[in-house]
Amino acid sequence: MLALDPSFLAVQALSGLSSASSLFIAACGLTIVFGVTRIVNFAHGSLYMIGAYTAATLIPRLLDLSFGPMTFWAGILASALIVGLIGVIIEVLLLRRIYGAPELFQLLATFGVVLVVQDLVVQVFGPEDILGPRAPGLRAPVEILGRRFPSYELVLIAAGPVVLGLVWLLLRRTRFGVLVRAATQDRDMVASLGVNQAMLFTGTLFLGAFLAGLGGALQIPRVSAHTGMDLSIIAEAFVVTVVGGMGSVPGAFLAALIIGQLQAFGILIVPKSTLVVVFLLMAVVLAIRPYGFFGRAEVVGGSHAVGIASRKPLPGRFAMLLAVVAGLACLPLVADAYLLKVATEILIFALFAFSLQLLIGVGGVVSFGHAAFFGLGAYGAALAVKWFGLSMEAALPAGLALAALGAGLIGAFVVRLSGIYLAMMTLAAAQILFAVAFQWVEVTGGDNGIVGVWPAGWAGGPVPYYLLTAALTVVAVLLLRRIIDAPFGYALRAARDSEARAEAIGLTIRRHRWLAFMIAGAAAGLAGGLYAFSRGSVDPSLLGISTSVDALTMLLLGGIQTVMGPLAGAAVLHALRDWVMPLTSLWRLMLGLSIIAMVLIFPRGLVGTVRDWWEARE
Amino acid sequence: MTLLSVSGLQKSFGGVVAARDVEFTVARGEMLAVIGPNGAGKSTVFNMVGGQLRPDRGRVLLDGHDITHASPQKRFRRGVGRTFQVAQTFLSMSAAENIQMALISCRRQSGGLWSPARERHREKAVQLLARVGMAEAADVPCSALAYGDVKRVELAIALAGEPKLLLMDEPTAGMAPRERTELMDLTASIADTQGIGVLFTEHDMDVVFGHAARVLVLLRGRIIAAGAPDEIRRNEEVKRAYLGDEHALERPKGARPA
Amino acid sequence: MVKISAIRWLALGAVLALGAPAVHAQQAPIKIGELNSYARQAAFTVPYRNGWQLALDEINAKGGVLGRKIEIVSREDGATTGDATRVADELVTREGAILLFGSFLSNVGVAMADYANQKKIVYIAAEPLTDAITMAQGNRYTFRIRPNNTMQVGMLVDQAKASGAKRWAIVAPNYEYGQSAAQAFKRLIQERVPGAQIVVEQYPALGKIEAGATVSAIEQAKPDGIFNVLFGPDLTQFVREGNTRGLFEGATVLSLLTGEPEWLLPLKDEVPEGWTVTGYPWDQITEPKHKAFVDAYRAKYNDTPRLGSLLGYMVVYMIRDAVERAGSTDTEAIIKALEDAKFDTVIGPVTMRGIDNQSSMGAWVGKLVLKGAAGGMADWAYKDGTSFMPTEAEVKAVRKD
Ligand SMILES: Nc1ncnc2c1ncn2[C@@H]1O[C@H](COP(=O)(O)OP(=O)(O)O)[C@@H](O)[C@H]1O
Ligand SMILES: [Mg+2]
Repeated sequence: MLALDPSFLAVQALSGLSSASSLFIAACGLTIVFGVTRIVNFAHGSLYMIGAYTAATLIPRLLDLSFGPMTFWAGILASALIVGLIGVIIEVLLLRRIYGAPELFQLLATFGVVLVVQDLVVQVFGPEDILGPRAPGLRAPVEILGRRFPSYELVLIAAGPVVLGLVWLLLRRTRFGVLVRAATQDRDMVASLGVNQAMLFTGTLFLGAFLAGLGGALQIPRVSAHTGMDLSIIAEAFVVTVVGGMGSVPGAFLAALIIGQLQAFGILIVPKSTLVVVFLLMAVVLAIRPYGFFGRAEVVGGSHAVGIASRKPLPGRFAMLLAVVAGLACLPLVADAYLLKVATEILIFALFAFSLQLLIGVGGVVSFGHAAFFGLGAYGAALAVKWFGLSMEAALPAGLALAALGAGLIGAFVVRLSGIYLAMMTLAAAQILFAVAFQWVEVTGGDNGIVGVWPAGWAGGPVPYYLLTAALTVVAVLLLRRIIDAPFGYALRAARDSEARAEAIGLTIRRHRWLAFMIAGAAAGLAGGLYAFSRGSVDPSLLGISTSVDALTMLLLGGIQTVMGPLAGAAVLHALRDWVMPLTSLWRLMLGLSIIAMVLIFPRGLVGTVRDWWEARE
Repeated sequence: MTLLSVSGLQKSFGGVVAARDVEFTVARGEMLAVIGPNGAGKSTVFNMVGGQLRPDRGRVLLDGHDITHASPQKRFRRGVGRTFQVAQTFLSMSAAENIQMALISCRRQSGGLWSPARERHREKAVQLLARVGMAEAADVPCSALAYGDVKRVELAIALAGEPKLLLMDEPTAGMAPRERTELMDLTASIADTQGIGVLFTEHDMDVVFGHAARVLVLLRGRIIAAGAPDEIRRNEEVKRAYLGDEHALERPKGARPA
Repeated sequence: MVKISAIRWLALGAVLALGAPAVHAQQAPIKIGELNSYARQAAFTVPYRNGWQLALDEINAKGGVLGRKIEIVSREDGATTGDATRVADELVTREGAILLFGSFLSNVGVAMADYANQKKIVYIAAEPLTDAITMAQGNRYTFRIRPNNTMQVGMLVDQAKASGAKRWAIVAPNYEYGQSAAQAFKRLIQERVPGAQIVVEQYPALGKIEAGATVSAIEQAKPDGIFNVLFGPDLTQFVREGNTRGLFEGATVLSLLTGEPEWLLPLKDEVPEGWTVTGYPWDQITEPKHKAFVDAYRAKYNDTPRLGSLLGYMVVYMIRDAVERAGSTDTEAIIKALEDAKFDTVIGPVTMRGIDNQSSMGAWVGKLVLKGAAGGMADWAYKDGTSFMPTEAEVKAVRKD
């Protein structure tokens, strides 16, 4: 019936085109910035959001002064320019210092900016959504095949190709453009040309931020500026850039077109899985073309991976281990119920972060979607309770198994990739699971999550549940520790240090990494299951980007180059969060600044710094 | 007896033909040098024999087995060991652990999840290090070694796999002249006693003419001459080819990894 | 109860020794835990916080309750179920809150109800609207003030009867609140309007609506009635897109909550006139008690009240009354004091029904009109909740306790 109505299809296709245009403008700056600086800028979404807020605040004032289309469009441009300048500030203060840093640090640092901007936007523009004005002269709809269609959408449809054309001209016809293209092709070449690199990079960031701001500002007649814009657009912009091929502007355009249509018609066929569809597209494209439509294999110059190195076993480590275990066992004697709850959660996060250490610190596999396995463990346990009435004793292994299975599946896809594509793909995998949990309401309860996931009677109180968590965590950490020191862990490190060498001595890197995904996934799944029972509920945020970032922050805070760092990182971050969050509404700002500071000033983390200091003393 | 036989090997990168119709053989115990100016295609040929690159055309036979399309791992199992132009070792491990890793992999124990790697095959690893004169440095982190020493460790890694064929891409780059000769002497004696065929490239002509049984000259991806060192030295075409790039022959090229 | 360690005893001893005079001068305040989504749902929750703060100040100025001051320990619940229960745990075990109230999103409310049941602590859901909190997931520890979905939808459906619309479209955010409201609507419209059918349902993700596609999908089904549950940014986009494409022309639109100032104000002059809504026409309510509340609120915050303000204000007074009647801070006593209790509030008498712990607070139902540059409500009437509540049989059928 739907298919028979051409006017409906036409309008739907036009809607798709206008989303595509918007998406392209938002993503195009991201891909240009990546091409030149090789940084995947998480803060791009924040710039987009600032663009929308600025325009929604600025333009009504301008329109009060002089009402007319010229004012409106000048306001849009002014907003984009302001955002461009903010981009320059971010480049000068932050990005400039991390061009040479490992990808993981770059991703985290720009995510730190996201957190900072989230709180700043509320401070500057207020907590309420701001509805921008409609474009003067474009309020009336146009008739298309007997249906009304917003004329502003038509303008948006045109805006995409216009921006593409202007960017093309800029890149082809100006010296700046030539340099940008050269840098995208081969960074060292530009360095050798004696070009003022700093200016080039700053200029690129201005362009990228300008486009992000423009994308955001153009949205205000159709969307009110609100605080969730940054993460929702960045997720989609990532998909567009990755599918199009990182660094490729035409690729981004093509990808945006496909995604726009997919969304417009997807809503008719599978109205509740629009989010999944987008990420599935990305998974399929990457499975067939690991570098997207027009991307090229990254020429990796030197090893970018940082991680743990061999050290002499500490004397007295058994005594230390015993002391820690004894300390954990005795905690209930001195701690009250709430402290025990905090300690339980610290242990859970320590296991979660430690499982990620196996991938990142040991294997050099920068997984940016580790929440997927944590969430699978939690959901596995919760679903087992809800649908099969299993007890906690059976639900925890069920969660672990589901996480291991999921890790096996995701791992099979991503071990073919490397570097930033791998990071993006893991992120996408976690987002797919997030979307499934979010939209498959019948099974997962959607946004509601699943409640009533409480521990078995004997483990119900804070003390028994703490002891259970402590016992399982200690065993799991010791097992992982053993694996890290075993040939398997060494093989992972070998592949991280030098893929070429590892292959030349017969190591099957992919298979090892795949197994590493499953082991890490299982451990994260156990942590997730324990978490579900500790809170009594699960919800999609367990699978969200910020859960992944939490784990990465713990790793970074503790020190990626230390085996035990993540445990310390989890303890410190969680304790800080518990202590500071209730006191301030600027927790995200503080967390973001701390992440940035860590990347810039003290990338070795707590344990790493202490260790270096200790070794220097000797 | 022929160990390695390469025929009609071709590879191009975009417009650049890096190897064209390359054809040669290596016998057991033989040392074959491949020389040529920078960019001649030497590394490309090595990578096609080692499995790091897929040839566009041609065949690679090892001991009569076609390994043209085999992965580096498969070739390793068939007896190919190699060093890289820019040394590839495991910088996060000690010298001994590098060798142990190779021994573990060689014995297919790399999936082991329980007993510590650092205790496995330690003696054998130290022996191998001793052979390349690095026994003292067994417990030094590889990242703390001088580049020349790293290259030695890399040789020991390659030998740990008990290869039949050893590929050495600029093995002495970054070493002092005396060290170079020592290392190649050592290589020659290993090749001789164990019947290993060695294919190597080298910019130091003294090393080349002092150690190679035969020399292959590559220019713009093509073999322009092949034969005993003395023949090559006299070959007019070779002289001409090198005239423009005299320095490349003398100056070791390999840069230290960043 | 809370186990106090030796170290804590020492610390406590030290504090008592140093601060003994001050501590003894006045009894420790009664602590009440509050949690809400102040970051993510600021439009509603910030005025709500102002509301409860106002009530709190008034009560404490008059000496508090049971001779003690009231202290409200407020926390951000992160708008997720997990964060909410975690924060709740902190409020109960660390702060020693005697009861909890708050939360905005319905799914968080459900999780909190579950938590209250598990930890045997009173939880008063102020805003969450899903039926589940007092029906299927209800328990003796969980109470709700606001009229739930079934009640508010019931008030709207009564208005729908007159319109004659038969082909209905539903658009609702895809989470507990939206699903629950859609369920209630489907049930009630088919019960009360003979021949009514649902021709299309759209459930965009909360905060992520693709308005163009959603509107044209609804348009495609040619409904003559639309039931809307969207709010916040989703609502704004939906209204704009629908206005542009003429979706609402000639259709009867019933919309939950849209008349509440928190959702009406952001629409500015694009208010969809003629929609039948539930809301809060605060400026037109003339009862003196309510006027006094409005005046006090405006004086204190230099802002106009939202529905959240009223709710926050009412909840704290009801808590005060309950604690006073209970005569203690004991959970069982408070439950007894709440069940079937009558409260005299600024909007008139409200009863907390004992069988499902749902209060009889009603809602204002009317039509949206444009007044100058902003929207408001006209032809409105306050509908007391009592006659719209689920019947005793319905409650008994789904509740597990
Ligand atoms: N991965 C590659 N991509 C593109 N061109 C390459 C690549 N590897 C080598 N080349 C080109 O192939 C030619 C031969 O390179 P190479 O084999 O490294 O020479 P040699 O080792 O003799 O110095 C050079 O022109 C080089 O630029
Ligand atoms: Mg070379």
